[in-house]
Amino acid sequence: MSIAYDQTLDVKGARCPMPLVKSRKAVNELPVGQVLRVVATDRGSVADFQGWVKTARNVELLAQETVNEGGQELFVHYLKRTA
Amino acid sequence: MTIEIIDQNDTRSLLDRIAALEARVAALEAHPAQGIEDRLAMVVFSGDLDKAIAAFIIATGAASMGLEVSMFFTFWGLSAVKKQKIFSGKSLLEQGFTAMLPGKLGEMGLSQMNFFGAGAQIIRGLMQKHEVSSPEELFDLARELGVRMVVCDMSRELLGIKDEELVDGLETGGVATFLGDAARARVTLFI
Repeated sequence: MSIAYDQTLDVKGARCPMPLVKSRKAVNELPVGQVLRVVATDRGSVADFQGWVKTARNVELLAQETVNEGGQELFVHYLKRTA
Repeated sequence: MTIEIIDQNDTRSLLDRIAALEARVAALEAHPAQGIEDRLAMVVFSGDLDKAIAAFIIATGAASMGLEVSMFFTFWGLSAVKKQKIFSGKSLLEQGFTAMLPGKLGEMGLSQMNFFGAGAQIIRGLMQKHEVSSPEELFDLARELGVRMVVCDMSRELLGIKDEELVDGLETGGVATFLGDAARARVTLFI
């Protein structure tokens, strides 16, 4: 998937609710209009991020993908700060 | 002739109003949670560690999602916001409660399979192994994220818990404090 992003946040190893908490902090520091790429190993983060953007007022989930990196499943989320 | 002009104006104003309403509906649909206050109000009644963990995970998750979070600690749930045990200046009955109840989050046991505290230690070990934040870390995080924490004064008094036994900087309140937040909340929980 070729989605342009501005920053990357590594939350590998972090478990619920930490991927969400850390992403929230990162999005708050992200300039409006920019895209944050979040890399997680927590399987629950896929549904978590979908739930988050349902109530979020300034975040858009552009895409999600699962990649295999050296036998490890990584869950990658692309978040855009809209306001 | 005159009637026709009035009709045209009416139609135009109606169309304008419909357009304005459509814009509002679209705006509300785009952000469904903006109508009512984005708030979560929770009663933490249980003194079990597993339930306290659930409460703090929900609180930190909700705060991260942008919800205003209020936690009301009452009865056995007060153990989750204690920092120490104090026996001096208490009645015999109060001293009994103090001895029997956990003195802090770290002394709380599981609701099931606790085995006199061994179960709680096993769960803590498992959480560490699976890189889940500890109950204490979750509590600190909740405060850092601005979660409102209110202590029920009536049950605190009833159980003979002194202010000095509680974590610093908590609010004190009663049922109306909870309901004041709960009435405006999208989500309410009793844990």
